[in-house]
Amino acid sequence: MDIKGILKPLTAWKRAFQPPHTIEVPNKRTREAAERYRGFHVNDIDKCIGCGTCAAICENEAIKMVKVKDPQKGDSGYRPRIDYGRCCWCALCVDVCPTGSLEMTNEYTWVRESADDFVFIPGVDKIGHEEKKDKGYKKHEKLNFLNLERVPMRELDGKERVKSFAEVVLGYMEEEARKEAERCIGCGLCISGCPARMHIPDYIRAIAEGDDVKSLNIIYENNPMPEMCGKVCTRRCEFECSLGHLGEPVAIRWLKRYVVEQFDDLKKFVKAEPQPLNGKKVGIVGAGPAGLTAAYYLRLKGYETEIFEAAPKAGGMTFLGIPKYRFPIPSLDKQVELIESVGVKIHYNSPVTPDKFEKMLKEYDAVFIATGLPKGMSMRIEGEDHPQVIYAIDFLRKVNLGEKVEIGKDVVVVGGGNVAIDAVRVAKRLGANSFIAYRRRVVDMPADEEEIEATEHEGIPIYTQIIPLRVEDGPDGKVKLIYGKAKMVQKEGERRPRPVLIEGEEYEYVVDRIIVAIGQQPELSYLPEEIKNKIEMNRRLIKVNERQMTSIEKVFAGGDLTNWTADAISAIADGMRAVKGIEMFLNGELSWEKK
Amino acid sequence: MKKFSKEDREVKLFVGPQHPGVTGNMSFEITLEGDILTSVKTHVGYLHRAFEKLMERRLFIQNFPLVCRICVPESDTNEENYARALEELAGIEIPERAKWIRTLVLELSRLQMFMRWIGGIAGTMGLGTAPQWSVGDRDYILDLFEELTGGRIYHIYILPGGVRRDLPEGFEERVLKVMDYLEKKLPDYDALIFENAVFKKRLKGIAKIDPSWVEEIGVTGPVARACGFPFDVRKEQPYEVYDKLDFEIITETGCDLYAMAMVRRREIELSIKLIRQIIDRMPKGDVWTHLPNVLYWKIPAGETYVKTEATRGEFGYYVVTDGSDKPRRVHVRGVSTPHAYTLLERLVPGMNISDFSVAIVGLQTCPPEIER
Repeated sequence: MDIKGILKPLTAWKRAFQPPHTIEVPNKRTREAAERYRGFHVNDIDKCIGCGTCAAICENEAIKMVKVKDPQKGDSGYRPRIDYGRCCWCALCVDVCPTGSLEMTNEYTWVRESADDFVFIPGVDKIGHEEKKDKGYKKHEKLNFLNLERVPMRELDGKERVKSFAEVVLGYMEEEARKEAERCIGCGLCISGCPARMHIPDYIRAIAEGDDVKSLNIIYENNPMPEMCGKVCTRRCEFECSLGHLGEPVAIRWLKRYVVEQFDDLKKFVKAEPQPLNGKKVGIVGAGPAGLTAAYYLRLKGYETEIFEAAPKAGGMTFLGIPKYRFPIPSLDKQVELIESVGVKIHYNSPVTPDKFEKMLKEYDAVFIATGLPKGMSMRIEGEDHPQVIYAIDFLRKVNLGEKVEIGKDVVVVGGGNVAIDAVRVAKRLGANSFIAYRRRVVDMPADEEEIEATEHEGIPIYTQIIPLRVEDGPDGKVKLIYGKAKMVQKEGERRPRPVLIEGEEYEYVVDRIIVAIGQQPELSYLPEEIKNKIEMNRRLIKVNERQMTSIEKVFAGGDLTNWTADAISAIADGMRAVKGIEMFLNGELSWEKK
Repeated sequence: MKKFSKEDREVKLFVGPQHPGVTGNMSFEITLEGDILTSVKTHVGYLHRAFEKLMERRLFIQNFPLVCRICVPESDTNEENYARALEELAGIEIPERAKWIRTLVLELSRLQMFMRWIGGIAGTMGLGTAPQWSVGDRDYILDLFEELTGGRIYHIYILPGGVRRDLPEGFEERVLKVMDYLEKKLPDYDALIFENAVFKKRLKGIAKIDPSWVEEIGVTGPVARACGFPFDVRKEQPYEVYDKLDFEIITETGCDLYAMAMVRRREIELSIKLIRQIIDRMPKGDVWTHLPNVLYWKIPAGETYVKTEATRGEFGYYVVTDGSDKPRRVHVRGVSTPHAYTLLERLVPGMNISDFSVAIVGLQTCPPEIER
């Protein structure tokens, strides 16, 4: 008889008077869930960009993206709607959210009469759990599913660079490119930033999958100068990249560059099969990005296209303006070769005159003008006509055309845009002690941040809050730039503070050359007087509608000539729009009467 | 007196799929002669959710909310197994601390599973107090899980690349506090259950296993160890950091339900000991290594079998990949498959019907893992 075994269990009675484990919820008190508890979803609706990554990772298809507002740049206007009949509270959506807007509270009770209430848009439909936002499952800065760090780009050392015009950026190696391409989550918000609406996630995915030819062909769907864009694009897409919210955006520009660099002979790999000629002819003035784009795609559609270019090479500003250490000649030639190979005729060294333009209007079914901004803007100060004062755009053009340019030892570049930086870096490479004088602060400079950084690496000083007053003759054949200092004054209702001259103080730079880089203007002397008087202008640029139609019949315009953003990718976008416009016009779907 | 034939004396009875004596949804077609069972046929299929097939249509990362449901009460084993299989196939090395945390989670999971089992086995023999104690005490471990992972049952905490979050501030002390509490309460459990005359009488000599069946059927875990076989994956093929922990394999020789119960009773102490060792020896550092983009994560073609010692025995994942972003095939070795089919069918002839439920729980069968 197991007496011990019978009696021992009775000792359990001693626990009869202990308080119970359980909490009487909700009668007596409620227990707060742990700080990390995966409760109900909350979404910071302003932080959310509607990228849809949460919906992509949800294995239960509990998340659907629904439209709550109009799309903007970098914001699809969609927001996640969660179905609590499907959700399993795994919080993969929280960990994958690229902005960290989607989170969970540690609330666990939610009572509603209608089951439909449990399909809700967090942040839009108020569910009463918003106040507990500080507690619950949150995104961790390190422990998330996104690769926030970019594969670094290799560059020439600053000291090496200034010795020659060798390309500064070295480009990705295959492994680096694949790794970088893999970071892309494919949300497609970058497309909203690209003026040409390139199919960015598609070609990046192709790179990640190791199919460079496929990627190249996706790129060529709406950009005939991808190597140029891969090297010098203003990359608005990257500013909209959803990974940029918590980390570094995908290096979209460098990836495009990588793809095009893989092919020496593009003709073999780009599937560009022009349609047979349909008998209609389009004349184009200017072989810059806009003109080349229009010519290439119109030719593919079967239109005969001819370009008249004043320079000995195509490319426009990408040839004449951009220094060779950023965009070398072989890269340009490769792309132009492909464009010519489909049947685009480019007449080099053929500036258009008013007479010729008249003739073009008669000969061609449509004319597209894209002559850009080839003239520098004046500082409008006393003594600016001094022979040692030159315009950056003329200076860069001469250097790029291989002409010998004498600039002396000390050079000041006035301005803060990309052209100013190009000029100062070129002057440095020509052996001058060049520096920048800008009237606002460094943070206000319109130049690309990368470019500003590059000046630092190359030992180029930037002096700010400087207002040029007049130019005078200096000693020993030098020239004097007299300037005043500015103070920054923030006025109400203005986006950024404006520089105001501090009266009474004057300083001077004694230099060999003053390079002016404060903007450019168009050169329209090739237009006949009648047209020049009739054409509608938008300040100094030509006014066009969304199909790039000017106020003159048969004349379309694009590129920097019509576009205030004045960058190559916008010019390409203009070219693409002009293709559509010209095609519609020549098919009779568009006319000047109905404009 | 009329003599009844064997067929006339036999009664066929369907036990389950919903039955208080059956764990989960599983049914048994039993044949009785009086009180005595003559045979049993196990029927499963009531809980089939086609997880293995579903996994072939989901991204690797999307399968984690699925795998934890393969064995509901012991989700971490599934997560760890699947994560380790993927890491092996993709060639991912995880940080040292993540391995320690995984081991901690696995042991905590084992411990809560044992507490649940106490409730189960005592409940089936009508001892009502023990389940109330053990299920209550199990909740203290679930509280720890809630704090660590954000979920009480489905943790989705172990992912390829490590674990999703580091330990919260002061978590170690709170684990030790719960361990102290459980350790202090173990003598009470002994008095209430393990030394209880009823408990002993109901289990001793019941469902006696022939040790030759162990290898033949593929019996593992406490059931095999109760037959004197020192089978323990933690020792045989140490995974995570089990090779850095000091412990001995626990065996008994009774071959019956009581021996199995005693193996589990002693393993409760072992788990507490291991948890203390882990907390004591855990290094500092990262807990997460970056995965490739999980939305497009492709794993090179290959196949692997990884296994862990779950509470019930050897739990394994056989994963085949074909270079795409989804698994080609996942096969789960559920521990209780041989226990609930072949072993039970062999044990049943001659068993009293009142012992039948006790035997099901005593073998710790778990229908969800039988039907993936």
